[in-house]
Amino acid sequence: MSLESRVTEIIIDKLGVKPEQVTVEAQFDTDLGADSIDQYELIMGFEDAFGLRIDEDEATKLTTVGKVIEYLRAKDLDQ
Amino acid sequence: MHKRVVITGAGVIGPIGKTASENWENAKSGKSGIRRMTIVDPENFTSQIAGEVKDFDPLDYLDRKIAKRTDRYTQFAMIAAREAYNESGIENNIDPTRLGVIIGSGIGGITTLEREHKVALERGVSRINPFFCPMMISNIAAGRVGIDVGAKGLNLSTVTACASSGHAIAIAVDMIRLGRVDAILAGGSEAPLTLTGVGGFCQLKALSTRNDDPQTASRPFDRDRDGFVLSEGGAVIMLEELDHAVKRGATIIAEVTGSGMTCDAFHITAPAENGEGSARAMKLAMQDSGIEPEDIGYINAHGTSTLLNDINETEAIKTALGIKNAMRIAVSSTKSVTGHMLGAAGAVEAIFTAFALRDGVLPPTATLQNPDEGCDLDYIPGKARKADIMYALSNSLGFGGHNVTIALKKYSGE
Repeated sequence: MSLESRVTEIIIDKLGVKPEQVTVEAQFDTDLGADSIDQYELIMGFEDAFGLRIDEDEATKLTTVGKVIEYLRAKDLDQ
Repeated sequence: MHKRVVITGAGVIGPIGKTASENWENAKSGKSGIRRMTIVDPENFTSQIAGEVKDFDPLDYLDRKIAKRTDRYTQFAMIAAREAYNESGIENNIDPTRLGVIIGSGIGGITTLEREHKVALERGVSRINPFFCPMMISNIAAGRVGIDVGAKGLNLSTVTACASSGHAIAIAVDMIRLGRVDAILAGGSEAPLTLTGVGGFCQLKALSTRNDDPQTASRPFDRDRDGFVLSEGGAVIMLEELDHAVKRGATIIAEVTGSGMTCDAFHITAPAENGEGSARAMKLAMQDSGIEPEDIGYINAHGTSTLLNDINETEAIKTALGIKNAMRIAVSSTKSVTGHMLGAAGAVEAIFTAFALRDGVLPPTATLQNPDEGCDLDYIPGKARKADIMYALSNSLGFGGHNVTIALKKYSGE
């Protein structure tokens, strides 16, 4: 499964949104209705799925779906 | 003359049904909801039977995001409250700031607590779910119900073990009488069927070990009773100020005329000798209602099926109502079929009592075969009975020595 589809799947699971809502531009707060605890849970979901730790400063910058994909891609993950 | 309070809606999800009316039908026909445990592996427990909510899928009731972020106990509260709210027809007929919520629970979110404790031990505290606290706390059911129905008036929860939802109703009635709000969703919920939940009650030696015969394991007042059966579920009623209900043309199920609340101040789990505290609660409930023992036609007993409760509650009834009335009044324990829903028990039993007054049918102590020595009241063994009565009491007693009695009256349009 591609990195994009795995990220999309986690977002759908954690936020209970529809697949078509999860676009690259989608903002977690305004477009996907995630409050700060939702977003923290989401970050934990990415950490668990991709086996990495995202520190708080970096996490606060990951405000859109696209930024998350970009961030994870730059990490050069094996999986 | 203080304000009068009536029940205008009821909701129940539990071992004998997923709606209030299904629960009532099965309580009347004596259909047991007890079976071998399935939601937790019973193998190592001394008591391996329970009253589970059968085939429960929260997604049948709640959207996925809410279902994921609520403990099972909160889900039961939300489902029962939604039914009571819808049945009452109060939506758009009340100022939301005048609608309150009081939902009790004996334990709270123990499923969530256990799961996240395991995560913390195995993977470290940084992996604890960020929603852990607002899922686990025992007031969150009341908070969630407030959000769900948009109730902006007083909102709180009562925590008095097996008396929790009895207290929720008693306090709600007083709040409405005082004019704090016009209506309150009041009740309780419990989801105790987890490793430590069941294991803890087993260690107290409080549970029935009649594992080979689940359906008759809860047998209140029987000489062969050997403890209670742990159950789960939620039960909520809409309590409303009488004039408010009449003005909007609500269907009134029954009136709640008063309550009595006392403490044994005696022992953490055992009832006081001869049910002294419970007797005072019944007396206070009659006083509060301005009625005499002669007016009472039915008592829905706490009747847990433990050795000590049933004998002491019987004594308490004799003390509170006098021996002559005690021998005349019909008494039953619907825990014979529901098992013990702990924090939901008081509300589900108040609902059965209200329906009994409305329909003129008294639910039986379905499993009672051989009344114990000293348990010599009319417990309605086996089968329901027709009886047109005016007043009834519903008792709830909790670990900690908490006693609460609710007094209800048939509503006949005046």
